[in-house]
Amino acid sequence: MIAAAAPARDLDHVHSLGEHLGPAPKRIVTGYGFWIFLLSDMVMFSCFFAAYAVLGGQTAGGPNGAELFNLKNVAVETGCLLMSSFACGMASIAADVRNQFWFQIAMVVTCLLGLGFLSIEFHEFADLVARGDGPSRSAFLSAFFTLVGCHGLHVSAGILWLLTMMAQVFAKGFRADIQRRFLCFALFWHALDIIWVAVFSVVYLLGSGT
Amino acid sequence: MLGRLSWAAIPVDQPIPLLAAAVVLVAILAVLGWVIVKGYLPYLWREWITSVDHKRIGAMYVLLALVMLLRGGTDAIMMRTQLAMAFHSQGYLPPEHYNQIFSAHGTIMIFFVGMPFVIGLMNFVVPLQLGVRDVAFPTLNSVGFWLTATGALLVNISLVIGEFARTGWLPYPPLSELAYSPDVGVDYYLWSLGISGVGTLVAGINLVTTVLKIRTRGMTYLRMPMFCWTTLASNLLIVAAFPILTATLTMLILDRYLGFHFFTNEAGGNAMMFINLIWAWGHPEVYILALPAFGIFSEVVPTFSGKPLFGYRSMVLATMAICVISFMVWLHHFFTMGAGPDVNAIFGIASMIIAVPTGVKIYNWLFTMFGGRIRFATPMLWSIGFMVTFIIGGLTGVLLAVPPADFLLHNSLFLVAHFHNVIIGGVLFGAFAGYTYWFPKAFGFRLHEGLGKIAFWFTFTGFYVTFIPLYAAGILGITRRMQHYDVAAWRPWMIIAGIGTVLLAIGVLCQVLQLAVSIRRRAELRDLTGDPWNGRSLEWATTSPPPVFNFAVLPDVGGKDAYWTQKSRVNQAETRDEPRYQAIEMPRNSPTGFVCAFFATVMGFALIWHIWWLALAGFIGAFATFVVFAWRDRDEYEIPADEVARIDRVNIGRRRELSGVAVSAS
Repeated sequence: MIAAAAPARDLDHVHSLGEHLGPAPKRIVTGYGFWIFLLSDMVMFSCFFAAYAVLGGQTAGGPNGAELFNLKNVAVETGCLLMSSFACGMASIAADVRNQFWFQIAMVVTCLLGLGFLSIEFHEFADLVARGDGPSRSAFLSAFFTLVGCHGLHVSAGILWLLTMMAQVFAKGFRADIQRRFLCFALFWHALDIIWVAVFSVVYLLGSGT
Repeated sequence: MLGRLSWAAIPVDQPIPLLAAAVVLVAILAVLGWVIVKGYLPYLWREWITSVDHKRIGAMYVLLALVMLLRGGTDAIMMRTQLAMAFHSQGYLPPEHYNQIFSAHGTIMIFFVGMPFVIGLMNFVVPLQLGVRDVAFPTLNSVGFWLTATGALLVNISLVIGEFARTGWLPYPPLSELAYSPDVGVDYYLWSLGISGVGTLVAGINLVTTVLKIRTRGMTYLRMPMFCWTTLASNLLIVAAFPILTATLTMLILDRYLGFHFFTNEAGGNAMMFINLIWAWGHPEVYILALPAFGIFSEVVPTFSGKPLFGYRSMVLATMAICVISFMVWLHHFFTMGAGPDVNAIFGIASMIIAVPTGVKIYNWLFTMFGGRIRFATPMLWSIGFMVTFIIGGLTGVLLAVPPADFLLHNSLFLVAHFHNVIIGGVLFGAFAGYTYWFPKAFGFRLHEGLGKIAFWFTFTGFYVTFIPLYAAGILGITRRMQHYDVAAWRPWMIIAGIGTVLLAIGVLCQVLQLAVSIRRRAELRDLTGDPWNGRSLEWATTSPPPVFNFAVLPDVGGKDAYWTQKSRVNQAETRDEPRYQAIEMPRNSPTGFVCAFFATVMGFALIWHIWWLALAGFIGAFATFVVFAWRDRDEYEIPADEVARIDRVNIGRRRELSGVAVSAS
């Protein structure tokens, strides 16, 4: 068999030589894996962005972005999402200091702001469909609904996850595995912000300019 | 209540699919009955279905690939016999059925043979080579496997209930849009690949994290075996490319289910966007399959040449170069579709550039063999067969990468011959080499060497007899996906290709026979050393099959070819103190993957047939499964230090005994 890790070796010394010390701890592995998942998710979003860029002008005689988008609504929506990320950051701090009370409060605020975002988006979508400008009206609207809707679905899934996290922390406390899971949730929630910033710029800001 | 599903979905008027389905059903029931009667069900559930052990999951992936290889191979035999017969006549397969067969053949061979085969081998080997106990996310690993199995199951269900896509293995719109493919065929394609694609993504994330974060002490990047490098490259490609497939399939699903206009002819849709997107995934996919095969050859060739791999660092560089460039050549799949000469020229040059790192690899393998003490065991035969075959396939590929030549050869059988040349000669030969090479490690006994060699020679000659005629016929102008033809000059080539398929089929049957014979004679083929081939990397340092924890004490690596170095040192000084054994924490088994895949199957089937309530039920079930999994309190169990020591002492003792025998014999 292979030699056992020799206990006599001075770990700090080895580390300074740039030697590899062995498998990373679980928290690192989990966070790292989740980052890779987020990157793959962003690749998927980039496809929808690309489709939107290709089809953005294909209105098939229907309305274009400038006629449809209400920037004031979108500003409120953006505010909700960014503040929910701030609340999520507060929840992370509460989790770090293992404060159940403030953790739950911060998560409730995150959840409510997320729901606020979703309800504004839902109204926007329902309004468009009611006016006959649904996704099957034109290729532009297909791409619009898919890109923005995909982000919305991610936020919805995030809220399901958020509620599960609240229940888990309530029932099991800040155990190491729950902490790791919460780390992933927080990464996910912040990543949705980054994607929203791109949606806001590419779809709404550029779109209402034309 | 049942959406579009009715009794009319069963093709009672078509004897061939019904007969095939009946055979499959009888086979499944027979296996199931045998398992139940013998009382193996609890064992299967405990040790395999709910297992999160990377070795078990790897073996199940490979088993899935082998079973699906038989299915996809049957499709191939049907196509070639049809074309050998259908001169001035309709042959025996009506066009509707023939179109389903070539679509299913391509889909199955890429997604349910190639992918599970290489992912299975990576799963099994990589943690062992890295000297660790498991992959980064064991339960997710199981989920990934079972989702892949779901996709395979849905494709096979389409044999009996409804029909499969008739659009080719990539469903180009507008043909695949609802207006031109109104039945469920394309839906079967979309949902089975959508679901198995999620499984592949999970496997990709898992293996990237494993290679980058879970390596034993001293296993720096430039000490990793080559197979770990190609695994890293291949899985980076999965992580970057499979989301594109998911997005593209989602767009087509939205077009077909909700009347969106991504790829339609009406309302501003753009079919070319599908073709760009699908190949932005599809070309990296080629390398997702090929890179692990290159890795296998990089393990097999040094082992059977008794030399370290020539040009290790250039091999690493070539691998990563292929990984990057593979994203820059996708347009060569459609030079004829109007991108213009400038764009075509750029992609043509890029396609030739990617042949350079591949050439570097070939030379490295040749130089590894040069001056070595070569043993022609079955895995080595596959490797040498690969080198010869893959060079031919690569050269015809470079020819096709010249846009003017491509205008003549596009969508001809020349193209079909080219990609079979690289995929069979590259990926399948590699997978077979890996299968024979690591089989003793997985199960503790070798595969029968004689039958393996016979299988190789039949497959090797069968390949040439089948596909060289397709090159010739392609130059004579025959296009792909033709159900019958009236050109007399093509006829002889089609008949020779048909004969070649028979040789290939005999090759596959030999391998089935080899497995059966090897299991029967496992006592005499037993590998007690754990190192049957005189290997170089860490997987051979543990027993065959390895204990559940792989290594009693994580190895400490001081250089490349870790186990080889270790072996040479042991010969100098046999005495060593016993290591300090410690208790080992291992992940507990979990039915999450299996249950989740069950709900995914239900959901996929319901979506294909528009049974909305059932789809919702399936989704809720899958979500509930995850919550239940997340709720569990103990996800690990401990193997006490005494037990580890007991197992390891037995193994070391057995090895010492064997090496003592070897020394006295020599």
